[in-house]
Amino acid sequence: MTLLLLFLEFAKVGLFAVGGGLATIPFLQDMGTRTGWFTNADLTTMIAVSESTPGPMGVNMATYVGFETAGLPGAVLATLGLITPSIAVIIVIAGFLEKFRQSKTVDSVFRGLRPASTALIAAAGLSVALSVFVAAGGAETHAFTLRWPVVILSAVIFLCTQQKKLKKLHPVAFIAIAAVAGAVFQF
Amino acid sequence: MNIYADLFLTFAKIGVCTFGGGYAMLPILQREVVEKKGWATEEELTDYFAVGQCTPGIIAVNTATFIGYKHKGVPGGILTTLGVVFPSLVIITAIAAFLSNFAGIPLVQHALAGINAAVVALIASSVLKLAKSNLKDAVSGGIFLAGLALALLLKLSPVILIVCAGVIGWVVYGLIQKGGEGK
Repeated sequence: MTLLLLFLEFAKVGLFAVGGGLATIPFLQDMGTRTGWFTNADLTTMIAVSESTPGPMGVNMATYVGFETAGLPGAVLATLGLITPSIAVIIVIAGFLEKFRQSKTVDSVFRGLRPASTALIAAAGLSVALSVFVAAGGAETHAFTLRWPVVILSAVIFLCTQQKKLKKLHPVAFIAIAAVAGAVFQF
Repeated sequence: MNIYADLFLTFAKIGVCTFGGGYAMLPILQREVVEKKGWATEEELTDYFAVGQCTPGIIAVNTATFIGYKHKGVPGGILTTLGVVFPSLVIITAIAAFLSNFAGIPLVQHALAGINAAVVALIASSVLKLAKSNLKDAVSGGIFLAGLALALLLKLSPVILIVCAGVIGWVVYGLIQKGGEGK
């Protein structure tokens, strides 16, 4: 019964959360309070782990909540619940777009969408940059300090991705090098 | 390789390489899906992100379903989505079972700070690539700047931004320019 409930609860999250993984957090808080499966403190740990492990954050959180609630079957069903609405909705939309691909109207709408989509990605990148580059000072000073090693590493990697030979490196190679640099220099 | 196995495995690889939200997936998608496999163009990828941001479900899953469906119909959409979540299932289950203190380990925190520095640089590089293929005239440049300002300063919902930009695109490219060409 818990398994079925997990699937349904996460299908609800998948249906109503719109956007990135962070959009699922309010739904998870509400789920924890209603079902008693996990506390807000548990959720904080789950968010931290989901952010620091491979995999899209929203998926990681569904897997984690499912596992903590009902073991491996719980992890599988919570994750399947999360993705089921997406699969259904996107297949309908993609089918619709395929059908109207030749339409001039759909084409002109997408020509307007693309710069906005690019802007949203840039905005998301900037807010990640802000959260990674700036460290809050002590509680009483309200001062913010720039985390220079992180800023410099980021700048170096960016320059490498613009360089003719180095940009052929797989993105994950940069991620691996950066992880080692962070660990060695104790970022 | 069987195309279905290829779809599943490629997206499992993309899942493993993603640290953070769906946006962190973009650099990996550009490399694997656009440059290596040719399953989508830069423009199509932007379209999927646009739709994925304002439809139910998280962006990473929506984008995976989109690419899979476009390439191999419903089975393709299901396989890419299962592929992208598969690594999470394995890794998170292992960590939850054996390493509940994972995020608190100092070594993990240091490595993660490094990873985040790389993710920021990679997203910046991805945005440059997208800008090259999507910002080709004054109107698209204007939509980009206005969208960026509204998203950052007013924290306007992506859904509203995308819908407005779609309407502008329809009016400018569909009605005005089409009329102009006709004369």
